[in-house]
Amino acid sequence: MSYLEYAVKSTPTGWRKILHLNWPVALLLASVSGAGFLMLYSVAGGSFTPWAEPQMKRFALGFVLMIMVAMVPIWFWRSLSGVAYLGALLLLIAVELFGTVGMGAQRWIDLGFMRLQPSELMKITLVMLLAAYYDWLPARKTSRPFWVLIPVLIILVPVALVLKQPDLGTSILLLAAGGGLMFLAGVHWAYFAAVIASGIGLISAVFQSRGTPWQLLKDYQYRRIDTFLDPSTDPLGAGYHITQSKIALGSGGWTGRGFMQGTQSRLNFLPEKHTDFIFTTLAEEFGFMGALSLLGLYALIIIFCVSSALMNKDRFASLLTLGIALNFFLFFAVNMSMVMGLAPVVGVPLPLVSYGGSAMLVLLLAFGLMQSAHVHRPR
Amino acid sequence: MKRTRAETDVSHRSISRRAALLGGAQLLFMGGLAARMQFLQVDQADQFRLLAEENRINIRLIPPSRGEVFDRNGVRLAQNAPSYRIVIVREDAGDVDATLTRLSQIITLDTETIDRVKEELRRSAPFLPVTIASDVTWADISRVSVNAPALPGVTPEVGLSRVYPQGSDFAHVLGYVGPVSDYDLSKIDDPEPVLMIPRFQIGKVGVETKLEPLLRGKAGAKRVEVNASGRVMRELDRREGIPGSDLQLSIDAKLQGYVQARLDGESASAVIMDCDTGDLLACASAPTFDPNLFVRGISSKDYATLTSNKYRPLASKTVQGVYPPGSTFKMITALAGLEAGIIGPDDTAYCPGHLEVSGRRFHCWKRAGHGWVDLETSLKRSCDVYYYDLAIKVGIENISAMARKFGLGIRHDVPMSAVAKGLAPTMDWKSQTYGQSWRVGDTVNVSIGQGFMLTSPMQLAVMTARIATGRSVEPRLVKSVNGVEEPSRAGEPIGVSEINMRRMRRAMYEVVNNRRGTAYGSRIIEETMRMAGKTGTSQVRNITAAERRAGVISNEDLPWERRDHALFVNFAPYDNPKYAVAVIVEHGGGGSKAAAPIARDITLQALYDGPPPLEAYPSKDREHIAEQQERLRDMQPLVSVPGSDQA
Repeated sequence: MSYLEYAVKSTPTGWRKILHLNWPVALLLASVSGAGFLMLYSVAGGSFTPWAEPQMKRFALGFVLMIMVAMVPIWFWRSLSGVAYLGALLLLIAVELFGTVGMGAQRWIDLGFMRLQPSELMKITLVMLLAAYYDWLPARKTSRPFWVLIPVLIILVPVALVLKQPDLGTSILLLAAGGGLMFLAGVHWAYFAAVIASGIGLISAVFQSRGTPWQLLKDYQYRRIDTFLDPSTDPLGAGYHITQSKIALGSGGWTGRGFMQGTQSRLNFLPEKHTDFIFTTLAEEFGFMGALSLLGLYALIIIFCVSSALMNKDRFASLLTLGIALNFFLFFAVNMSMVMGLAPVVGVPLPLVSYGGSAMLVLLLAFGLMQSAHVHRPR
Repeated sequence: MKRTRAETDVSHRSISRRAALLGGAQLLFMGGLAARMQFLQVDQADQFRLLAEENRINIRLIPPSRGEVFDRNGVRLAQNAPSYRIVIVREDAGDVDATLTRLSQIITLDTETIDRVKEELRRSAPFLPVTIASDVTWADISRVSVNAPALPGVTPEVGLSRVYPQGSDFAHVLGYVGPVSDYDLSKIDDPEPVLMIPRFQIGKVGVETKLEPLLRGKAGAKRVEVNASGRVMRELDRREGIPGSDLQLSIDAKLQGYVQARLDGESASAVIMDCDTGDLLACASAPTFDPNLFVRGISSKDYATLTSNKYRPLASKTVQGVYPPGSTFKMITALAGLEAGIIGPDDTAYCPGHLEVSGRRFHCWKRAGHGWVDLETSLKRSCDVYYYDLAIKVGIENISAMARKFGLGIRHDVPMSAVAKGLAPTMDWKSQTYGQSWRVGDTVNVSIGQGFMLTSPMQLAVMTARIATGRSVEPRLVKSVNGVEEPSRAGEPIGVSEINMRRMRRAMYEVVNNRRGTAYGSRIIEETMRMAGKTGTSQVRNITAAERRAGVISNEDLPWERRDHALFVNFAPYDNPKYAVAVIVEHGGGGSKAAAPIARDITLQALYDGPPPLEAYPSKDREHIAEQQERLRDMQPLVSVPGSDQA
């Protein structure tokens, strides 16, 4: 009898499961979303429409869904992970074929009542499949080349599809989350070292070749890379967003201008003020204290997830929880780096705060899985 | 998949280790984010706050209202009248095409204008007004206002524009304003921002430009909050500017109007000055033009008409035009001789009709000669030879110094455009300018106001006022600024003996009132208003020896531009000088015929403060004077009494 099957006997059943949810994480998610509602209300000029109200409805729906997912035993979800991955992959192909073009990229499938972004779904299913894969794979085989190649393909196929949309931000997130999960599963250091080294080698080769006869890219491509890496070279184009974003952030000071008093976003100096750049509004209105508090909430979510994973003796549950936490981390870390001028603008929203339907629903579903892992952990 | 407990534990330990590692890395990264936040929001907050304000706040200038100009009696000479224009705002208009079509049924709009408006609307931000028509009549504005409900987004706007109610009478004194040009800006080192406001008007010519700093005032400013596309969200605060100062000129608009009308038809100019205060009562140059044309933007056809006119209407001849003063200069030569003690009033010289000077023969205007003449006779009958002889004895330096003492060859401080300095030549001047030494012949020419000697009508009026008063009167054009009286320019005693001055005045009295005087025809009969003066006729061509032998061609037989200039200077009343007058009629022929009658009319007009009674004129003149008064009355309808303003 496996340890798992033995341990399950002591897990809670029925409505009692609700008491065993990881409530700190649930409450933290609710408070981060609450901050989001405030900001959406503020950037709309003190109005629940057009953003705050739909966002609140979706959060309510998502929160209920999260609890429902959490009620279902984790081993059921594990058995579903392959199917889920394939489904998300098919949707990605479908979006390629019939997707709606928005903001110059094919990202959505219009379902009528909401727009589904399959790349969001892929973030979860990829983590699920990889966690299931490493749960199934005997530990001693983990670092054998053939068994490393399989997860690499699992990761690269959706990354390539998302990159083609084109959605650079999400494909980087997928790549990083997949790689992170392989690292957590115990794939040998050497593989990562090799990938990183060859990556650095390739990049430096591309740059070293510039201006030489064997130049690897065209001149205009280099110029594009320049602007991408340092937007200040193009102050009215790509640089405009980041300059305005830093101005808004910086003008917040210690305590900010006060709720609804932010000038930069309300006067439309900021682009995408309700989506990717919503953090700047928060930072302008609530200052350093507000921004740091939000970062603190995010950090607490990561800490609670990691500790829940460490407590969990089930390998799938543990990897899944860590993978979801990593995904969540990558989300806000990339967004914040972007708006603070530390990373190029790649179009990653701030999780639970930025206005956006499918991103929020998928995130809450993911946390549903994490809750299920927590509730149904072996005791 | 079966797994042993040991296996599970091993795998779990490995996960724990790497999870701790990855978790640690995540926390480290978050620390980095927090540090970045602190850098942006705390360390550099001031700088970014400043940039945010720059983003958000625009400074808009409030143009100051330009000072108005009045005459000495409060008649408005330059004012800011509302000018109406009709504008359309796209976002309020909705259906632009339909609105414009409806508007064109109410006021006249050509298709060209409609196309231009549509094009501008397409290009500019939706909240910015686009001008449909400017300088719209009040009637059109009313029609648009009444139909406002049918014309969404169309609004009348009021701006201020310069208007010169006296029209052409003050064109040369006041000048005019116009929109700031690139050329204007290129002349200013550090242009005030207010000059960049579209349509802002600055002085271009005359008082308007010379006293621009006084008239313009200081611009106010308001700070407004704008959004990223430049729309004004609200006004934050405003600082009012300082309106331009109101000016009161010394000119009497009624007299100016009369003088302008009197000069009409000639290429002439006249200045009348108050002897006591230096006030310029009229300063007229003919022909003239309507400065309002320039404010609105003159058409090239009108402009070509003005520039091609041989009478030069754009020239301000009173201060800008320089002419040889001719015989009007003889008082200066005589005073130089008297003051130097070289001649006495009763010394006589013989005039045979010419004088040989170093082999060259200088003629008197009277071929037969005047015979024996003393000082008074020489001036009365304007004998030239007497002055040739005198000048050779006195020398050019004395004459030139006396000329400057009486305000000739000096640039007077009058805020009009292109005020000429004229020329009172000296030996040094000639050697510096021509590299030639001074010749006696040059002195002979200067003695009768020919040769190098050049004066403007204003300088001649100043000279006459100084002879009349014995003081260094300076011309004053601005009487008060914002109600504060400018200092009088009566001047100090001129430093010429009063006995000699009195002799000069007496001689000038004789010129007009003696039966044999050159200006006897232009005398005033009224005892208390008798005037004293001097005629002048300045040659603009050389008369060759051959022509002299054949008989000098009379002015009537010459083309206009080769005829002599006619000059006359005078002051009145003789006993108690009040006004000094100088008149120059370009190519008018003889001073006694062309200039003196004008000067007399101006003098009487000033003395009586209106049309003089015919009894002031000699009886044979009365008939045509009556006729002339009738004619001139119709020509000057513009002056209005303050209070009964036509605005």
